Amino acid sequence: MSVFVVLEQNGGKWNRMSFEALAAGRKISEALSVPLRAIVIGAAVDSLAKEAAAYPVEKVIAVTHDLLAHYTPDGYTAALEQLIQASKPEAVVFPHTYQVRDYAPKLATRLAKPFVSDVVDVKFEGSQLSFVRQLFQGKLSANVVTTGEPRFVSVQAGAFRSVEAAGGGASVEVFAPELDASKIRSKPEDPFREAQRSVDLSAAELIVSVGRGIKEKDNLHVVEELAQVLGAELAASRPICDNGWLPMERQVGSSGQTVAPKVYFAVGISGAIQHLVGMKGSKMVVAINKDENAPIFETADYGIVGDLFEVVPALIDAIKKAKES
Amino acid sequence: MKIIVSVKQVPSRDSALKVNAKGTWLDESDLSFEMNEPDAYALEEALQLKEKLGGEVVVLSAGPSRITQTIREALAKGADRAIHVSVDDEGTLDALVTAGMLAKALEGESPDLILTGLQSDDLGYGQTGVVLAELLGFAHATIVMEVEPLGNTVRVKRELEDGWFQNVVLPLPAVLTIQSGIKKLRYATLMGIKKAKTKEVKVVKAAAAKPGAKIEHVYLPQRSKQSQILSGDPKEVAKQLVEKLKFEARVL
Repeated sequence: MSVFVVLEQNGGKWNRMSFEALAAGRKISEALSVPLRAIVIGAAVDSLAKEAAAYPVEKVIAVTHDLLAHYTPDGYTAALEQLIQASKPEAVVFPHTYQVRDYAPKLATRLAKPFVSDVVDVKFEGSQLSFVRQLFQGKLSANVVTTGEPRFVSVQAGAFRSVEAAGGGASVEVFAPELDASKIRSKPEDPFREAQRSVDLSAAELIVSVGRGIKEKDNLHVVEELAQVLGAELAASRPICDNGWLPMERQVGSSGQTVAPKVYFAVGISGAIQHLVGMKGSKMVVAINKDENAPIFETADYGIVGDLFEVVPALIDAIKKAKES
Repeated sequence: MKIIVSVKQVPSRDSALKVNAKGTWLDESDLSFEMNEPDAYALEEALQLKEKLGGEVVVLSAGPSRITQTIREALAKGADRAIHVSVDDEGTLDALVTAGMLAKALEGESPDLILTGLQSDDLGYGQTGVVLAELLGFAHATIVMEVEPLGNTVRVKRELEDGWFQNVVLPLPAVLTIQSGIKKLRYATLMGIKKAKTKEVKVVKAAAAKPGAKIEHVYLPQRSKQSQILSGDPKEVAKQLVEKLKFEARVL
């Protein structure tokens, strides 16, 4: 009887989304009236397990084995499968990270259960638990209910406020799974970064960011001029950088940079979650998009529904006038 | 090398989406459909691997009769043949049920590689490839940017978060989910479209199992933040916005 939250660590450092997942797990554990337990996985995780014990959880379970020193989907799946079979939790909650996307569907399938990925909210009504997900890249929402236990759920970045450490001294229990090196099929090499970034968008006070709505590379001058009159850095969503229209180092989002300017102008950006996680920290967001249902308007403080090729030139004129006066 | 590419047909990107009367899924009556964009990149990767190494590319797709159009498109681009898993309510199935039908349809195929997109643009579970690998007992890797077959293994470059990457070596057969946008998508040629008409499409009837994760209610998202929509002609909205930039954000 419990809810598991699988915290994610890489090389001894927490992935911050773990504590957002802990918040979602807490909500589920309160709804089901069962204790909340934090799971830490790795080869040597003593100190991380102690840190986790300071959070408001009933117990920390450290799943340790030498073969868990480096992440592999086979290793993590086998280890967690054994833990789940041994302690039968009602729900297993993950942060929706790239690593979780790689192994959690495998783990749930091993136990013949569905996995409700990328959840933004948890509802408990009339003793029924349902999970809120976004469909069509955020254009619609859906409530999803599952049958059977454990329920497997991953939590979208930024959907829950992180749980803070409360100084509580939860107990730490060690779980040693039986793993067989010959059954771990993938051989990971050391992670690497490509060329050092020469553009640091994280320090920019103003950012003009452009998305698919710009249509062609030859149209980029429209947003370049806006950036220039504002003295802003130019950035982009992923498709623009994939097309090679702007360098990769100007990409904002989960696979690019995380920014927090005073004002973020999202021009022709629909607002897929992968982009939003990179700019949510902006103090003011201005969105210009022709589709009034674009999810970017959820995040924007000020929205303009219209053709960017009309709105942006008008805005450039108005800014120039304001700067002259 | 025998490569299966699993593709999904989804509503077109620019569709105006309407929820059906029961509030359980879309009203599909006025929708147009297209190949899920991430899957189009998986198909491109498969076709380029075949051009380099030879072999066969087989398209695998589950859905109602309308997906024939997407299957033909893949054949016109250069896939050799197709398997159509015929099922009516594919739209709302969970990844476990969908992958189960796909796995069943692959009985007797014994591929070296299965490629698919990293997620669908409609449900967005991002799981089908990984679940399929587990059901078939294959190794897998997700968010793959480069594929380099080496004998009976494959070395792939995976994308991690925050600009990090990692190379991983996997034994074949393996399932790879391909990151979008790495390679340029090809167009079907007239010759390709003509040839596609003669290529084999095997139709496999499937009865969808009841999904364990059921969509109960579909609705427009509630706005969590009060965003203010500025209205007027471009000149007027520009003027209003400059006021906000000047007096609220204080950046002008």
